[in-house]
Amino acid sequence: MKDVRILEIRQSVFADNDRQAEALRAELREKGVFLLNLMSSPGAGKTTTLMRTIEALGEAFRIGVMEADIDSDVDARTIAQSGAKVIQLHTGGMCHLDAAMTRQGLEGLETGDVELAILENVGNLVCPAEFDTGASRNAMILSVPEGDDKPLKYPLMFSVCDVVLINKIDVLPYFDFDLEKCREYIRMRNPDARVIPICAKTGEGIDAWADWLRAEIRSWRGSMQ
Amino acid sequence: MHELGVVFHIMDSLEKVAEENEVTGISKVVLELGEVSTVIEDYLQNCWKWAARKRALFAEAELVVEKLPAVTWCDDCEKTYPTVAHGKICPYCGSPHTWLLQGNEFNIKEIEVY
Repeated sequence: MKDVRILEIRQSVFADNDRQAEALRAELREKGVFLLNLMSSPGAGKTTTLMRTIEALGEAFRIGVMEADIDSDVDARTIAQSGAKVIQLHTGGMCHLDAAMTRQGLEGLETGDVELAILENVGNLVCPAEFDTGASRNAMILSVPEGDDKPLKYPLMFSVCDVVLINKIDVLPYFDFDLEKCREYIRMRNPDARVIPICAKTGEGIDAWADWLRAEIRSWRGSMQ
Repeated sequence: MHELGVVFHIMDSLEKVAEENEVTGISKVVLELGEVSTVIEDYLQNCWKWAARKRALFAEAELVVEKLPAVTWCDDCEKTYPTVAHGKICPYCGSPHTWLLQGNEFNIKEIEVY
């Protein structure tokens, strides 16, 4: 008979990742790198929105992009056309990025001169919400064809976001998507989240999004001193 | 949905605990899992078995999952009700102004070691 004993752990499964994320956030703060974690379901328009974002802010900030996918480098190739620094991360089947993987990505990006690092997380509304990446701000994109009820179905995702972009508003007339109802559902989950309707394809609303991001970066920098 | 990733996280954390406590093997791991957490117990058990074979410390470790019921609080009538049966809408007053009090936990409670 083995001599067994019980060790009380009493910690969240995510505690270790949360600690790593806090450490990364503190390091990035010191280096002056603003990290934006961009999340959405597959096909909501993360890469197209990112292209527009680089277009709008590429002159104001040196931007680096980390593209996280299970496989392929199609998104990284697209982003590379914008002239921004880009690296493709393969999660090898994992459905999300955690703080340790984000750190590896940032090292690969060589953040030396990057001021705005954007992490395009794996397309998924469930898992990325559970894992703090160490980002300065969390953004998510909900596209019109997905439906206005997503905040009810994926409450955690909407509760961890600082901003929700509602994309593909050019097709609103063809879908039963109630923008006001959607805002209300988001408010129920997260009264502090800013909601910005956009169309990454036509560029509508991109100014408001770029203004929001610029202001957030400024206030983040201001709070450093 | 991310059961395997979660299993790796648990094992990483426990390897550190084992090192700090001079543990040679783990015979049991007890988790607390909220009823509406995004983790599915059956998948978790399967992933656990797969990963445990690859790590010496867990070769004989049994995974025990204790379920915590989900309970929602209603802001308007100030009552609580079981989340799974009624969802977001309060069964007493019909209000949607409700919040999850308990049920999305995912904790490592204790381990049995030798």
